[in-house]
Amino acid sequence: MVRQGATIYKPKRQRSLWQEAWKYRWCYVFMLPSLILTGMFTFYPIIASWYFAFLDWSGFTAARTFVGLANFREVMTDDLFWGAFRRSMIFMVASVPLQMGLSLIVAIVLNDRALKLAPVFRTMFFIPVVTTTAIVGIVMSFVFSPFNGPVNGILRNLGIISRPIDFLGGADTALWTVIGVFVWKWFGITMIYWLASLQTIPQDLYEAARLDGATRPQLLRHIILPLLTPFAIVILLITAVGSLNVFALVQTMTGGGPFFASEVMEVYIYRTAFGTGGGGSVPRLGYASAAGVFFGIAVMVITIVQGLAVRRIRTRPIS
Amino acid sequence: MMSTQPEPLQPSALSKTPNWTKTRWWFSGNRPRLVITTLILIPICLLWIYPFLWTVSAALKSNGEIFAGLGLIPRELELSNFPRAWTEANIGRYFINTVIITVSSVAIVVVTTAMMGYVLGRYRYPGKRIVIGILVATVFLPQGYTIIPVFELISSLGLSSSLIGVILGTSGGSPIIFILLFTGYFSRLPNELEEAAIIDGAGFLRVFWQVMLPLSKPIIATVAIMQTLHAWNDFLLPLVLTLSRPDLRTLSVGVYAFQGEFFIDWGGMAAAATITILPIIVLFLFMQRYFVEGIAGAVKQ
Repeated sequence: MVRQGATIYKPKRQRSLWQEAWKYRWCYVFMLPSLILTGMFTFYPIIASWYFAFLDWSGFTAARTFVGLANFREVMTDDLFWGAFRRSMIFMVASVPLQMGLSLIVAIVLNDRALKLAPVFRTMFFIPVVTTTAIVGIVMSFVFSPFNGPVNGILRNLGIISRPIDFLGGADTALWTVIGVFVWKWFGITMIYWLASLQTIPQDLYEAARLDGATRPQLLRHIILPLLTPFAIVILLITAVGSLNVFALVQTMTGGGPFFASEVMEVYIYRTAFGTGGGGSVPRLGYASAAGVFFGIAVMVITIVQGLAVRRIRTRPIS
Repeated sequence: MMSTQPEPLQPSALSKTPNWTKTRWWFSGNRPRLVITTLILIPICLLWIYPFLWTVSAALKSNGEIFAGLGLIPRELELSNFPRAWTEANIGRYFINTVIITVSSVAIVVVTTAMMGYVLGRYRYPGKRIVIGILVATVFLPQGYTIIPVFELISSLGLSSSLIGVILGTSGGSPIIFILLFTGYFSRLPNELEEAAIIDGAGFLRVFWQVMLPLSKPIIATVAIMQTLHAWNDFLLPLVLTLSRPDLRTLSVGVYAFQGEFFIDWGGMAAAATITILPIIVLFLFMQRYFVEGIAGAVKQ
């Protein structure tokens, strides 16, 4: 990817490192604007979250009191935090396999030269990806409305239901409806990942397999899927992280309701940090930071465990 | 010569549009199978974009008609929804804010990531590997968990009273994958052009500005489009930064607030939603190749 050449840079003496650096001074100048931006909006926030987590601080006044681990202790005993934690995990575990599996099927179907309309289908599957998530959420709250919303209308016309279902107002259905819409919204991006991966399979392999008399399922099982595995791991990681980035959709579809039934971690952090959850709650940036840091660590641990598990499966000798 | 325009270069797979339909699939001569596949996919795809068709259709209906039936064609064309949303709900104002934020952040992101990608892709200098390592490590950081410090930073810099805060925040959020795209592209360009320019007496800046940057047009286009998408659609950051300044809202935040304030004006809502999503869908339909390239590039990196 990056041209490194065969030789590895080796400073001969300490002095020559500085000479080398001076020689390439323009390189450092060119890195500066980008580094300032990433420093401000990526690195600083990571460090600052940790610092804020130890403060009692509303964000509106300058008063910041150092409270040690008190925020973390409170986070650990807050049922709403664990509820949001659990729902974020449900969101990930439910949406990732659904999104990856369905989009792989569609990608394999569309990756067919003979299918003349494939580019049109691809475009249509991709349209939800480019649309504004917050707007999609608002539109979907109408589409799933129990008061003659189109989904209830269609289901009733088909005779599947007799009474309208309050998809977003029901505690049992709200989270699942949001998950469904999330999968629909981001389906196209995973499909493009799969298509890009499928393009890397050389044409000759299909031909060779065909000459050997392989059937379609055999081809899929023994050639396509094994060759996709390295891509699948990257796609899994991207999709899993994406499934934690759901604020806009949840906030606009349900606001975390009804009675926190669809409140995921990001909504919990937003509500506690900026105190907009109603009920006269006070903004607490310090406490929300502690929740964010705690959740961040949990996600990191899950990712590492996942990574190790994948590694173990991959290094296992093929029988 | 520096002034001669080089032949269009195609040094990488990334610069070419992936030809999706190229792969010959199995029974390519099997007509019934293709017809059945097509017949299954057509209704699925129509259902797929139904919410958008419904939105545009609702924007053209009167409030009484929207929830009266499932038909998409309005009985009576109601055009008043758009001017009402544009002026009364302030969507016009939010539209201008969004355009300003999008254009500024695209300019900032393209220039900064191109500069960074250029030196990372073409030079070997002390400290480079460390920078690449740190950048790659942060690719997978979700936005929701950095919002509090970003909010605090923008406020304490005194930038929360103008659009500059939102512009900077939108530019700083996600460009690492763009840096990697530029790095990969620049590293694959041949050395000859650069050497010729240096023999002609061009310095570092001129080589970059007059030789290398013009060659990277495909990546510039991809990055500009991806950043447009990000800036136009972003929600959490503008929401948080404009909590106390409604006049600085972007479209996504403005329409969300509209829903809270005028919750029974469905026609106006649908018009506001149409105003927000139509430009980005049209942009996508015309620039599809760059969208697909940017996204496919992410997984290939």
